[in-house]
Amino acid sequence: MKCGRCRAPAVIEVRRHNESYCRECFVRHCGEQVRRAIEHFDMIHTGERVLVAVSGGKDSLGLWQILREQGFDADGLYLGLGIGDYSDESGRYARAFAAERGWPLLEIDLTTTYGFDVDAGARAAKRAPCSACGLSKRHVFNEVAIEHGYDVLATGHNLDDEAAVLFGNVLRWETEFLGRQHPVLPAAEGFVRKVKPLIRLSERELAAYCVLTGIDYIVEECPMAAGNRHLGYKNALNEIEERSPGSKAAFVFGFLERGHERFMDEVDDARDDLRPCSVCSAPTPGEVCAFCRMRARAVGEPIGVRPVGVRGVS
Amino acid sequence: MRVVLRNPRRELDVPAPGNVGRLLRDLEIIPESVIVIRNDTLATHDERLRDEDVVEIRPVTSGGAA
Repeated sequence: MKCGRCRAPAVIEVRRHNESYCRECFVRHCGEQVRRAIEHFDMIHTGERVLVAVSGGKDSLGLWQILREQGFDADGLYLGLGIGDYSDESGRYARAFAAERGWPLLEIDLTTTYGFDVDAGARAAKRAPCSACGLSKRHVFNEVAIEHGYDVLATGHNLDDEAAVLFGNVLRWETEFLGRQHPVLPAAEGFVRKVKPLIRLSERELAAYCVLTGIDYIVEECPMAAGNRHLGYKNALNEIEERSPGSKAAFVFGFLERGHERFMDEVDDARDDLRPCSVCSAPTPGEVCAFCRMRARAVGEPIGVRPVGVRGVS
Repeated sequence: MRVVLRNPRRELDVPAPGNVGRLLRDLEIIPESVIVIRNDTLATHDERLRDEDVVEIRPVTSGGAA
């Protein structure tokens, strides 16, 4: 098989684009897709400071490298979630990646800084582990980005992630979530701008990018995610993609072009009702934000009491 | 040939089935869900396999929704 661009021997085929690439053309293709997403959705502006949430996995490390190669002022943030050996290992990959390149990596440990881990948070809040993990990541990433003066927070969500989330939101007609599902969430009072520059790349392309550019990433899956609903949606979508290449991209980009705007009113209404959390000041529709409620339950404190010595609380 | 699978890591010894695409079909693996690595680089689906080959079939699907 030959590269469709330069006729050198191909290393990967991407059926969605009906194209095959050699190593050099594929790496260029990945950079082009990220650049196109950033420009089309107006994600990052010249001179802005970017904080990349890195997990030690292929998507976030690949994203950090692509942003740096395109000249963005991008630092990394690693959040230790306390998921046993998995967190130890993923932290090692993130640290090694940053150290090899000499790029700044901020580190926060959920247990050390906030007094609980994902498992304790999930049990205390009666949430699924992935829900407690997501809540913790959204809260801490936003808090750290604001505290350190970053203009934008970039996450490694790829085309498959967005297609699976969209699939789940449509199955249940989660109209407020559909209104929020966009590769850019603009900055607002208490919120840093959040962007997803990998939305034009599949996770297979990200894995291939990492192998071809020598990025060593954690291949093992998070033990808490095994068998979750999100993985089931991804498998179902991959079956569809196999029969009809391009379906995932058509689903996501069709929604963004023709569906998203219809659900935005619900987001605007929800944002109008936000006020500062009485504990941490993060925007919340209630008195105390969901993260502070989960933290209080996990450490056995009364909800709404300002703890001493916890970051973000002075 | 030897096939290395991940999550969990395990190894299979199978007769070389012709090419990479055929190997994935025989193992009932959706090509979109994996990359195939031979000699530290990627292998396309039409690449021929030999009995002395060692290939890794690496899943690419990650589970975090947040």
